[in-house]
Amino acid sequence: MISSAIIPQPLARLPWRLIFLIAGIAGIGLMTQYSAAGGSIRPWALRQGITFILFLCLAVVMSWTKESTIKSLAFPIYGVVLIMLVMVEMLGFVTKGAQRWLDIGFIRLQPSEFMKPAIVLVLARFYELLPVGDIRKWRAIWPAGLLIGVPALLILVQPDLGTCVMVVLGGVTVMFVAGVPMRLFLGGLGALAVAAPIAFSMMHDYQRKRVFIFMDPESDPLGAGYHISQSKIAIGSGGIFGKGFLNGSQSHLDYLPEGHTDFAFATMVEEWGLLGGLLLILSFAAVIRWGMMVSVHSRSRFAQLAAAGLSATIFFYVSINLMMVMGLAPVVGIPLPLVSFGGSAVMTVMLCLGLLMALERQQRTTSKLA
Amino acid sequence: MKINGGAKRLTSAYQSLTFSRRMLIAGGTQAAVGAVLVGRLGWLSVAENEHYQLLSESNRVQLIIVPPRRGWIVDRHNKPIAINRSDFRVDLIPEQIEDTEQTLKTLADLLELSVDDVDRILKDMKAARGYQPVQVAENVPYENYAKVVVRLPELPGVQPMRGYSRFYPDGPAVAHLVGFVGAASAKDYERDKNPLLITPGFKIGKEGLEKTLEDRLRGTPGGQRVELTARGKLIRELEPKPDRSGNTVQLTIDQGLQQYAARRMGDQSGALVAMDVASGDLLAFVSMPAYDPNSFSDGIGRTEWRMLSESDHFPLLNKVAQGLYPSGSTIKPAMALGFLKQGVDPHRRVHCAGGLKIGNRYFRCDAVHGSVDMHQAIERSCNTYFWATGLITDPGLTTEMVQYLGYGEQFDLPIPAQRFGTMPNPDWLRKKYKREWQGYDSANTSIGQGYVLVNPIQLAVMPARLASGKLLRPRLLMGGKREPIGNLDVDPAHLEIVRKAMSAVVNEHGTAVASKLPLDNVLMAGKTGTAQVFKLGSRGHQSNWALRDHALFVAFAPAEQPRYAIGCIIEHGGFGASAAAPIVRDSMTFMFDQHKAMETLTALEQEWGGTLAERNARRSAAFEAAAQAALKRPA
Repeated sequence: MISSAIIPQPLARLPWRLIFLIAGIAGIGLMTQYSAAGGSIRPWALRQGITFILFLCLAVVMSWTKESTIKSLAFPIYGVVLIMLVMVEMLGFVTKGAQRWLDIGFIRLQPSEFMKPAIVLVLARFYELLPVGDIRKWRAIWPAGLLIGVPALLILVQPDLGTCVMVVLGGVTVMFVAGVPMRLFLGGLGALAVAAPIAFSMMHDYQRKRVFIFMDPESDPLGAGYHISQSKIAIGSGGIFGKGFLNGSQSHLDYLPEGHTDFAFATMVEEWGLLGGLLLILSFAAVIRWGMMVSVHSRSRFAQLAAAGLSATIFFYVSINLMMVMGLAPVVGIPLPLVSFGGSAVMTVMLCLGLLMALERQQRTTSKLA
Repeated sequence: MKINGGAKRLTSAYQSLTFSRRMLIAGGTQAAVGAVLVGRLGWLSVAENEHYQLLSESNRVQLIIVPPRRGWIVDRHNKPIAINRSDFRVDLIPEQIEDTEQTLKTLADLLELSVDDVDRILKDMKAARGYQPVQVAENVPYENYAKVVVRLPELPGVQPMRGYSRFYPDGPAVAHLVGFVGAASAKDYERDKNPLLITPGFKIGKEGLEKTLEDRLRGTPGGQRVELTARGKLIRELEPKPDRSGNTVQLTIDQGLQQYAARRMGDQSGALVAMDVASGDLLAFVSMPAYDPNSFSDGIGRTEWRMLSESDHFPLLNKVAQGLYPSGSTIKPAMALGFLKQGVDPHRRVHCAGGLKIGNRYFRCDAVHGSVDMHQAIERSCNTYFWATGLITDPGLTTEMVQYLGYGEQFDLPIPAQRFGTMPNPDWLRKKYKREWQGYDSANTSIGQGYVLVNPIQLAVMPARLASGKLLRPRLLMGGKREPIGNLDVDPAHLEIVRKAMSAVVNEHGTAVASKLPLDNVLMAGKTGTAQVFKLGSRGHQSNWALRDHALFVAFAPAEQPRYAIGCIIEHGGFGASAAAPIVRDSMTFMFDQHKAMETLTALEQEWGGTLAERNARRSAAFEAAAQAALKRPA
């Protein structure tokens, strides 16, 4: 390779196309933060930029991790995160309030965020260990169900419906690509349809309200339906080319709530229009496709399953947020990774990408050796 | 892997196949979701763009209503009757307030608000939406206003403003004519949902002309288009839409006379209406005592309201529009004209021996007048003459003439809730009481008792029609189309006889000679009336004010070439000559010599203990003190 002669090999081996894509998405996010703050890098854009760069570095460093290391750490990491979840629950019980994070002095850890990649890794490891012939058997299913169910339940009672849904979906995706019988998933969908009313009855009031409002946001445009109504107004009023950078009236006049966090996409589209929105969606699609291709090209079963699950996690992040913002899903409080302000979403996505990059490096090196 | 035999290899291949197929499904699903997202984005921002752009714009731009200034009401000489006075007010915008409790506490302190006020503000704040301001206080004294302005930086959401409030320079003198204004009620708002109605400081006409002329006086509200944040913070002002003040309305009223008559009435309860004999213009429309419309427009205090509603002089009642009184002897000139029209010889004499027996009942006259003709009968108000003549004439034709001259007639005036009284006639009696007209009905009617009920406007219309010989109709508003005024269908010679007799009432040996005009070249003609309130036969002095007779006087002047007509009723004033005639005399004098009239009034007011305003102030102070004392007593 000529390039390796000029550029130091470790650098040349990085997946630069992916990094540029991610930096581009983060750049759009930073501009949105800048605009949402009324044309100022404070209080959001600067912090978000630093967070992004830190986690990007972390992801790049992670890309040198060996697959075998990841594999061996899958169960321990899962265990640690699970214990942290239990601790959060106990802390919440003690303080008699909803608790989602662990305060360990210098940083607030939100264990449910770590669970998103951890569930994927642990299930990938589980199905790798499972003898090939057992995939259609009962023992391929119940341990996975348990692995997903326990943390999902812990997160649900926090209460954090959004994260719970994402953990379940990430885990189920791994089960799906691992080859668990199709009828199980079809049956699961059917069971979901039956269980939905039961789940509904167990929901918190504010969660129920969100579901109602999702059904008919205009019924209470000034009350609880406000978020969805205003978000749709912001997106719809942008038109094809948008109102122009820093000219979004919905976000600048505070009509759009959470314009820098969960509804950052609406803020962005109001100013950049359909074109800006398309660019962002396509960029995310490219990132997810890259992750899926890592899975397809993987040689080991663990890498296949892990890469598919991690890509799916990013996919669910993006799609649930966009559906929520555009009025296709209830408001469940899932941010748009890299675009919404907030470190935990960046962290999760960069962890996923770091793992994906590690798996991708592995398949390249192994393929060369072969 | 190779170590494990063929069967396993097959499963391994199968697993790889499954994986590829499942990945295809997963990828396809992801692509499908992506397509849905893109489609949704396109739908919102292209197909629905116009709809959402509109919503976004209506979010961004809001209209702050600028209430129009209410049109003035002026008199026939353009002197102000109802105008606007600039005042200070304090509003607040609930959305902008950071600490409601603290803000209200500070405001209550600075503006001396009562607990009730604060409750009202809290209630309004709950009801207000968006940028809708809520009134804290109006008519704020300048010192308090300045205190709020100084502390504005620590009071976000508080809006000190300059506004306008309605001002009636003559106060109670015009109360029943113009009425008053007040904040629109919830019912008003329910009816036409006009956001202007709930704009703080905006007032609508609640009574009198202010109410009936609302459309002309209101004007068109302006608007300040502003860009606001969702929290109500002002970003910038866009091009404003100017407001248009209401139209000025000119009345036929003569403000000077109106005020004079009101003051001249003193503390008596009554009504006076003056009319221009050439045009039918109403020059005075006075009902006294009256409330102060200024205090109604600011929101009346509880004590003042009690004082007004408990008074036996009914200051809240518009006596001109709604007071109905027996006409008493003021009906006699009209009766006489009716007799003349039926061919009664004016020189026919009737002997008054102090009464007359009709049927089996003896009707008593006020005095023994001896032999009287028509002239003397009017001059000295001899009942016997009218009773006797009534018996030889057709009661239907006589009462028709009285009605023709205005008693019981309905007038089209912009006054809400008018009552027009009754002028009885045989047909009416048959319809209403199912009985035939009897001699005693003629007797009662010919002295303005029985079923006869008139209002004070009719008391002015009757002498005006007699004086002018024209079918005058009262008018209150200047301008507009004037209907031609027809002549009365009466022989001018007959009119002359009646006018001469009315002049004699005041100027020769009549019942009102004490009320001759104190002017050299102007003679007044008139007719006194005394309407029994309690029961027939108890005439004379009554110590109980409420049982005393009503005093009435109708007049026109100058007697030769009449220009003005006045009708006046003083409730429980006793004899018409003693209570009503002097007030009419002085008011009439005012029309010819203001200086002389004012001298009389000044002397009287000194005797009464100050001007109307001074006496009113003293009375409210006394009432307030009594109310305070009553409040303290149980404690």
